[in-house]
Amino acid sequence: MSDELLKTACNGWHVGNGGRMVDFAGWSMPVQYTSIIEEHEAVRNYVGLFDIAHMGRLKFTGNDACAFIDRIVTNDVTAILPGQIRYALVTNDQGGILDDVLVYRLEDCYMMVVNASNRIKILDWVQQHQSEFDVKIEDQTISHFMLALQGPSAEKLLANLMDLNLEDIKYYYSVSSSILGYPVLISRTGYTGEDGFEIIIENEHGLELWETLIEKGSSFNIKAAGLGCRDTLRLEAAMPLYGHEMDENRDPLTAGLSFGIRLKAGDFIGKEALLSIKNETGIQQKRVGIMLDGKRIAREGSSIMNKDKQVGEITSGTFSPTLQKAIAMGYIEKEFSDIGTDLEVDIRGKRIAAKVVSLPFYSRKKN
Amino acid sequence: MSSSDLKFAKSHEWAKLDGDVVTIGISKFAVNLLTDLVYIELPAVGDSVSSGVSIGEIESVKAVSDIYSSVTGEIVEINDSLEEDLGALTEDPYGKGWIVKIKIADPSELDQLMDQKAYDELCQSEAH
Repeated sequence: MSDELLKTACNGWHVGNGGRMVDFAGWSMPVQYTSIIEEHEAVRNYVGLFDIAHMGRLKFTGNDACAFIDRIVTNDVTAILPGQIRYALVTNDQGGILDDVLVYRLEDCYMMVVNASNRIKILDWVQQHQSEFDVKIEDQTISHFMLALQGPSAEKLLANLMDLNLEDIKYYYSVSSSILGYPVLISRTGYTGEDGFEIIIENEHGLELWETLIEKGSSFNIKAAGLGCRDTLRLEAAMPLYGHEMDENRDPLTAGLSFGIRLKAGDFIGKEALLSIKNETGIQQKRVGIMLDGKRIAREGSSIMNKDKQVGEITSGTFSPTLQKAIAMGYIEKEFSDIGTDLEVDIRGKRIAAKVVSLPFYSRKKN
Repeated sequence: MSSSDLKFAKSHEWAKLDGDVVTIGISKFAVNLLTDLVYIELPAVGDSVSSGVSIGEIESVKAVSDIYSSVTGEIVEINDSLEEDLGALTEDPYGKGWIVKIKIADPSELDQLMDQKAYDELCQSEAH
């Protein structure tokens, strides 16, 4: 492994605990410790702990911080309350997706959590567009550590370590608090389809927090969970992933992400292009769920076929540990996108029967 | 079965000669590397196969890999119980986890393969 890779505060822990390390967007990150399926099931049934310190964390301060972010992202961030979080896209003038992000409004600033693979691109993008705004942008990715605690037991485990009443943190809200005496930002967010939290802490305390959660979590059957199961979990929950379901050649309407766009609110970069798609050209393709016959995985790039005609392409595919079947997401021509449509997927030259199904593949039972 | 009777290919299949039939499977190292096996595609009995050519596929959550024949001959038996349950590959890769049996013409083909010691060294170098 290259010495040039960035390392999170827990890199040594991962290596020492069987983590299979790979280069992910320039970071040395664990794909798995034991088995992707075991780690997946731990998150669905108990609780899993993910190192997500590779995610980019950009802090925005200054009088125009709100107005600036509102110009950069597709969602309306002017109305959100302190503590509240919004999902949004960053789009270019053509409406192509540069990234999907979470915008946090904090007491005295805003924060944007961006994909690791897009951190430098988004940093460049915001710096290019900040000149008319009174805003200061600080990249806190290296100075801070971030982890995700996900699964039905996440709240009970975390409650043992905090004075806070965690029930008060609603979905897509955050609170500044402390754990082990260190300041943290804790949010009820995640990328697994389970209840859970993401926690940001100063980098120097990251390992101590991680080890404490692993130790206190043993009675909750906690498992350290790698990027491998992060992918199977998010795919079951039908959450799109940048570089797969999204890229600069896709617009968020085609990607089925209109919940992250407010076309009636203020002007953002890409708004005119999206209005034109919505009101004039319309979308040609749709992001759909595909359920395959059997366990053979339809991987990214596989063609979706209607008889001899290609009508779409797989963007992500995996084996669903929950459903015990091969599942996938992809883009498909609109006329073939109805739920229940029978199609085939070409997997390495073999045709496998497949069906368009409603998304998500999995949704947790809510109390 | 003791793995000392086994010969190994660089592509991590093992082979064992018994009369004029070679049994082929995949090594414990390869199974551990793949983890999370979900699917296997086997050749058909009667297929002619050549050394170094793909005879099937093994798929894990992470990736799909070809299974290569180490010898030239004809498939005489396949372990079709694996199509229902891949557990034997993990639990007993050199026994119940065998994949195919191939009737061969030229036993000297196995001389090209590695013995256990040479294979262990290859695995060590690949693990780092």
